[in-house]
Amino acid sequence: MKQTVLYISKDSASRSVGSDKIATRIAEEAKARNLDITIVRTGTRGALWLEPIVEVLVGEKRIAFGPVSVADISSLFDAHFLNGGDHSLLLGPTDEIEWLAKQDRFTFSRVGVVDPLSTSDYEQNGGLQGLKRALELSADERVAEVMDSGLRGRGGAGFPSGIKWRTVAQLIAPVKYICCNADEGDSGTFADRILMEGDPFTLIEGMTIAAVTVGATEGVIYIRSEYPEAVASMTSALHLARQAGWLGKKIIGSEYDFDIRIRVGAGSYVCGEETAMLESIEGKRGVVRSKPPLPAMQGLFGKPTVINNVLTFATVPAIFAHGAKSYAEKGVGRSLGTQIFQLGGNVARGGIVELAFGTTLEKLLYEFGGGTRNGKEIRAVQIGGPLGAYFPKELFDVSMDYESLLAAGGMLGHGGIVVFDESVDMAEQAKFAMEFCALESCGKCTPCRLGSTRGAETIEKIVHGIEAEKNKKLLLNLLDVMTDGSLCAMGGLTPLPVRSAMIHFAQDFEPASQGAQR
Amino acid sequence: MTLLIEPDFGTPKSVHSDVVTLEIDGVSVTVPAETSIMRASNLAGISIPKLCATEKLKAFGSCRLCVVEIDGRNGTPSSCTTPVADGMKVATNSARIDVVRQGVMELYLSDHPQNCETGDECEVHAMAERVGLKEVRYSGRTHLGLQKDESNPYFTFDSTECIVCNRCVRACDEVQGTFALTIENRGFEARVSSSGTSFIESECVSCGACVQACPTGALTEKTLLTIGAPTRSVVTTCAYCGVGCSFKAEMRGDELVRMVPLKDGGANEGHSCVKGRFAWGYATHSDRVTQPMIRDSIEHDWKVVSWVDAISFAATKLKEIQSKYGVDSIGGITSSRCTNEEVYVVQKMVRAAFGNNNVDTCARVCHSPTGYGLNQTFGTSAGTQDFESVEHSDVILLIGANPTAAHPVFASRMKRAIRKGAKLIVVDPRTIDMVRTPHIEATSHLQLQPGTNVAVINAMAHVIAEEGLIDRAFVESRCDLESFTQWEKFIREAENSPEALESSSHVPAHEVREAARIYANAKNASIYYGLGVTEHSQGSTMVMGIANLAMATGNIGRPGVGVNPLRGQNNVQGSCDMGSFPHELPGYRHISNPKTREIYENIWGRKIKAEPGLRIPNMFDSAISGDFKGLYVQGEDIAQSDPNTSHVHAALGAMEMVIVQDLFLNETSKFAHVFLPGTSFLEKDGTFTNAERRINRVRPVMPSKTGKSEFEVTCDLATAMGFEMGYPSGAAIMDEIAATTPTFSGVSFDKLDELGSIQWPCNADSPEGTPVMHIDRFVRGEGRFMETPFVPTDEHTTRKFPLLLTTGRILSQYNVGAQTRRTANVIWHAEDVLDIHEADAEVRGIADGEWVKLSSRVGETILRANITDRVPAGVVYTTFHFPDSGANVITTEFSDWATNCPEYKVTAVDIAPSLKGPTELHLHSTEGDVQLDSIIRMANQIAANVPNSAAPEHAVAHHLVQFWTPLMRQRLESEADRSLLAPAVIRALELELNSSRS
Repeated sequence: MKQTVLYISKDSASRSVGSDKIATRIAEEAKARNLDITIVRTGTRGALWLEPIVEVLVGEKRIAFGPVSVADISSLFDAHFLNGGDHSLLLGPTDEIEWLAKQDRFTFSRVGVVDPLSTSDYEQNGGLQGLKRALELSADERVAEVMDSGLRGRGGAGFPSGIKWRTVAQLIAPVKYICCNADEGDSGTFADRILMEGDPFTLIEGMTIAAVTVGATEGVIYIRSEYPEAVASMTSALHLARQAGWLGKKIIGSEYDFDIRIRVGAGSYVCGEETAMLESIEGKRGVVRSKPPLPAMQGLFGKPTVINNVLTFATVPAIFAHGAKSYAEKGVGRSLGTQIFQLGGNVARGGIVELAFGTTLEKLLYEFGGGTRNGKEIRAVQIGGPLGAYFPKELFDVSMDYESLLAAGGMLGHGGIVVFDESVDMAEQAKFAMEFCALESCGKCTPCRLGSTRGAETIEKIVHGIEAEKNKKLLLNLLDVMTDGSLCAMGGLTPLPVRSAMIHFAQDFEPASQGAQR
Repeated sequence: MTLLIEPDFGTPKSVHSDVVTLEIDGVSVTVPAETSIMRASNLAGISIPKLCATEKLKAFGSCRLCVVEIDGRNGTPSSCTTPVADGMKVATNSARIDVVRQGVMELYLSDHPQNCETGDECEVHAMAERVGLKEVRYSGRTHLGLQKDESNPYFTFDSTECIVCNRCVRACDEVQGTFALTIENRGFEARVSSSGTSFIESECVSCGACVQACPTGALTEKTLLTIGAPTRSVVTTCAYCGVGCSFKAEMRGDELVRMVPLKDGGANEGHSCVKGRFAWGYATHSDRVTQPMIRDSIEHDWKVVSWVDAISFAATKLKEIQSKYGVDSIGGITSSRCTNEEVYVVQKMVRAAFGNNNVDTCARVCHSPTGYGLNQTFGTSAGTQDFESVEHSDVILLIGANPTAAHPVFASRMKRAIRKGAKLIVVDPRTIDMVRTPHIEATSHLQLQPGTNVAVINAMAHVIAEEGLIDRAFVESRCDLESFTQWEKFIREAENSPEALESSSHVPAHEVREAARIYANAKNASIYYGLGVTEHSQGSTMVMGIANLAMATGNIGRPGVGVNPLRGQNNVQGSCDMGSFPHELPGYRHISNPKTREIYENIWGRKIKAEPGLRIPNMFDSAISGDFKGLYVQGEDIAQSDPNTSHVHAALGAMEMVIVQDLFLNETSKFAHVFLPGTSFLEKDGTFTNAERRINRVRPVMPSKTGKSEFEVTCDLATAMGFEMGYPSGAAIMDEIAATTPTFSGVSFDKLDELGSIQWPCNADSPEGTPVMHIDRFVRGEGRFMETPFVPTDEHTTRKFPLLLTTGRILSQYNVGAQTRRTANVIWHAEDVLDIHEADAEVRGIADGEWVKLSSRVGETILRANITDRVPAGVVYTTFHFPDSGANVITTEFSDWATNCPEYKVTAVDIAPSLKGPTELHLHSTEGDVQLDSIIRMANQIAANVPNSAAPEHAVAHHLVQFWTPLMRQRLESEADRSLLAPAVIRALELELNSSRS
């Protein structure tokens, strides 16, 4: 009898809802039933609301079932799910699940599809095509390719990657570095992790293209300690890549040497700020550096350094494989290509939504997100992590691109979208923003170090009606001081959620009020 | 006089050669590229508020007070971290900027005492006022309940006043290089911490850099709190080591509040160490003797007398001795701790009033081989570089010096150079700090056996010669080729190979080869050395070996290279410059030169003897022989500091008149008949010359506690002996020095006041002094290579004395401890201990902290054991800061062949557990004709060390004439048993006889 191939995610998110147990139980059940199956553990497709998903290869198609619980396994076998048999959990061919089919998977094309640690799987699914093409291009052409693609830094700053790469490429130095920022600390974000667990070779390939483009020989991936599975996945992938000759001396037979090592963070949010990350990699306290000098000029150990986020590097191979135009033709205005949105919080259908820039928040919240999980009205949405602005319902028609969000008083950040229902107390959320800053501030600059604590205390006074008007004025004054005075985005952007909460949800700051529902 | 406030332009000076023009508040400013906006603005007279910025530290950008607006740029960047750009338009004031500045100050004050204990020392309140802050509207959590850390004896850390600007942490890292401080925790809880312990328990070395950097009262000198704010400052020079740091003595009335390092100080550029910064309390210690005292016999008690009586008593006795025992029966010792002016006057008194050349200086026991060795090779007795030069070195070869302990402020500079990328090679028997200390690791540590320096330097030179690493272009254009050819032949001999010398030095040959290559291949390689080079029987040979190495590789005559002795005491360089040696007049001119003598004879109106006088060890030998009866000792405790204590005691005990001029009664004064109270550096008016030949002013910050200046006392004594001497001021003495010494001809107090300091030579050719010497030519013309045969010391281990003792000092104490023992520095080092390797301790049953008996062939003492891996097995180490420990009871009479600098660094010893603990020091008595024995030993040593290629007897004879007194030569010739003399000595004596007959 032919062996049936099943695909079950081993992504941390899938495992958190039981994918490991499902895989084990299915294997046991198959054995008991004397069925010949093999289970490939993949990354997640990103439809986290459907996890654990079990995919069965039937003919050429993968047929999905989910969300599967242990209790469902026996009935799945009874329903001959291995042949794609009908079952209440049958989702149909995975590619045709509407939630996935409507997406524009460019960066995440392989995530959830391939065995993350199979070099052959990687190559069979288009891996290394980008690097191979990059090696055929001249140095100038490589930079031009990135410039023309319109790719911008996906860590949050949105700085054009081509300009950064060109700067480093033009510098003459004995050693240059490629640093990948995988310190994904924003609340409501998880794309970096899913990519590293689900398609680690893409990141390696992207960093390698960066290295050959700028003339770097050493790479570092800085991963937060809270991501042990991503660390394990990347560690194995680096090992396999070296074995395959993709890293090390004369990578894939070219004239270039490049290798990558991993540094694991020590639990500080601010180390996701690029200069604090450099300090941490150098073995120092994770404290923000003043800019200039820009890291491109004097980065890791004072040497020219390309620092990009996981998603930025991971997008590069596909850009080179398919050409800059294929990417640049997506998106709107100066926000070209796709964005990996991460839907989280109180949302019915959370997960990874990769779409071209220019979709609306509304579409993401309702078409993809399906409203709140508990069925209550959405009251506020925070976009771009804990330093992002809160959006009220009136602004849900905002176009999801860098410029439009900025114009609406917010920022895209790393693409995290956290949904709050009508029970949210926005003064509490504002206070939380300050408290988060107080907890995570590196303590270097005064506005952030002291301002965050004073901010939380002042909001507390406002909601308790202690000299509320005077303190509101003081709070607004503090927000100005933090915005203009802070050394980095941590203190500089903390006012964003606070101010947006004060503007859009002013009633929550009235002493009499106990939040919207109170 | 007022308090000197040095300007602080906020960020370090840019050395960029391009200039940039920008506009600040409408004013056009042109500055070097890479200057910060803050500095440019301050230079233009537009002051920008700041708290975390200071020009001694790299811009940090944390306080955010210095924000500005720039046309065409977003936001409000900090001016300290933003460099200028051509055409930039900057506004330093606006409503938007005011919001940030007032907001920052409001935040600061929301967690800061309302009234700071330190008053104006804390800049926070004044800054709040300056930026226009009206009120503090916040209330909430604060750190005002935190306890003060008062564990350091000299300063307090009060976290409640701290604004977490990191200046202390950065100063500890960037300026001092100790990395003792950090910020603990983050966000609101971020606090300055001495790495989790109290300051006294931490790695802190109390250099004071953090205290100086602190813009608030968080780190404050305790004296500021007890005495109060200073009202005036006097710029002067530290009296400790040869770095010669400039300080502002900050005074309140006549009371010294604190010593603050001067940013403009050429040697220290605003840095300091625990001694200079804090350990000055000895100057006003109750032990100070301030009135003259006399006694007829050392058995009697001292009697306080008037100055007139004391001087008259001393003069009468000295004259009596001379009439009874001859004109050469008395002499004087100058002090390397006294000013150039005081030293000059003492040597003048000896040569003119005593009428002989029996003057020597304590440099005899430290850097006399430097004088000899560098004079022979380069033509002058001085380091070739300024301190700043080290920052241009690519490779630093550090030999027999422990700068983090002995020259801490220079060590910080050296560490900075290494952190910037310079490689370090350490040649030292001990694992000194520089081998491995935070952010510093020596590329190579050649851990040689004590006494084998020459073996190592020869082996390095051998490798350089054999492997084609000689800089022939330099040698051919700059050096004496005949000497080079001879030297090259000598050094290439197989006996000088690292492999051949490995058994002597114990340094693996491949390590020597590697180090030699690193040194020779560097673009700029420099050598720094200390007493670990000079205080050996081959001290002078080693200095010449070092000079050879530098010349052979072309590492002379530009920044970043050179040969640099790290001088032990504040004015070793100066006391040598001032003619303190018995064979030299000021400026290193030999006494036999009639033209030089004439210069002085004309001014002084006295004939000067043409023959060299006695060196200190010769004086002791002569005293024991009964020929030397009277001694004037200024500022040196020879009974503690000189080797072989029993010998020194015997010599002093044999004298009829010992005059001690010092701050305190000491070991030597126990043998003295006259005690003339001296003055501390805080009372002196003169100059010190540091290790980089930098002449620094020493200004009186308080009146003399004795009522007299020290040179005045010397002049009074000379006058009482019949030679009229007197100067209205230190400046007048310097004028005489300048008038008579070509290398000093351009020096005057006026010019020093104008320039701050001057590095000699300073004359018509270089009116503002000479930072780097030998640029186009050597002082002697062509550099001369000297053959440096390795002659193992006679002081070797035996079955009875199987270990080698080497001595040195530590950071908190200084020399014989007369000063530092009278300060709170004893908290760090209250007694001398004996460092022993675990293996040596274990076989003898010695446990850490237990008493051990340390014995050599000349004496015994008891010390506490300190078991450590800093010394290799077979080597023990101690310091000589405390008289009770008697390190010099152990050290022997052996000395450098050329200069008689004692061989402090090598003594064969044994150690054993001592149950009794400290007892009376055990001195072995001196027997036989000590002087004759010494003469024979010294003559044979000379014969062994002169080059053996040419006719050595000529070299020996020349040496004897140059440096020995006629009486010593006469005794050698007439009394020495020929069978005990080396053949070259015998032949030299024949030559001598022949020449005297002809």
